[in-house]
Amino acid sequence: MTDINVILMLMIVGSIIAVETRDMLSCVVVVGVVGLFQSLAFLVLKAPDLAIVQLVVEILSLVILLRVIIRKEASEPQHHPDYFPMLVGITLSLLALLFVHPILRELPQFGQPVMRVAKEYIENGMKATGATNLVSAVILDFRAYDTLGEAVVLFTAVCGALIVLRKTGRKKKGEPETEA
Amino acid sequence: MTYFLCMIIFAIGLYAVVAKRNMIKIIIGIMVMEYALNMLFVLFGYRQGGRSPILEKAQTITNIVDPLPQALILTAIVIGLATTALMVALAVRIYEKYGTFDITKIRKLRG
Repeated sequence: MTDINVILMLMIVGSIIAVETRDMLSCVVVVGVVGLFQSLAFLVLKAPDLAIVQLVVEILSLVILLRVIIRKEASEPQHHPDYFPMLVGITLSLLALLFVHPILRELPQFGQPVMRVAKEYIENGMKATGATNLVSAVILDFRAYDTLGEAVVLFTAVCGALIVLRKTGRKKKGEPETEA
Repeated sequence: MTYFLCMIIFAIGLYAVVAKRNMIKIIIGIMVMEYALNMLFVLFGYRQGGRSPILEKAQTITNIVDPLPQALILTAIVIGLATTALMVALAVRIYEKYGTFDITKIRKLRG
């Protein structure tokens, strides 16, 4: 399974570039590239629905992030390098990798999933729901309450963003109207 | 090996969240961690030489990949977009108030 490894390595390189570049515009664009690689990886992993959703979401989040950084700080200011947070970050990341490595070895081998729950869905999904696409059969029928809950989370997040960004009701006296 | 490469992406995102001072970089770190976790779930469900989980009426197909992680991740991706939008909205508000994205300069409260 080398092609998925190659895509994952490209994603690693892309995320390192995205984290370390000083120019904010190229940083955001490289994050978009990482997301598009993930869409490609979903296609390779035989998840076409996820690939489509990832493509749309990636473009939308690129637009949102561009909206923020445009006409603001074009690049990170050149401050003197602060080594303490960098050291803490590297240590934490290495610790996370160290702890996660034995757990990943305990899991079933890549390419041989257990599929104890999914066997039921695969055998009866078509008869029970009439949907040929098993992914939509699972999200809209077998686990519809899950989807309802996640829709609530989505609604809450959108409401929060709209409330934070709204203009009316935030004006104080003497404060000039600022552009969002 | 494949799982571990995925977790390296997660570690890079964790490093960005912990070590960076720019708020946009922190948001990007969280996005990278989201990518890694979504990818990890789909990797768990992959079967060697499997087919996409779309059946046909006439024939019975046995070697398809696990549809359950894909169904869970499908909504998680969209929620990731919504939470990113929420974080970006907060960052925009903080920028309007303090004029910077640097988290070390916005410690003092200005009510």
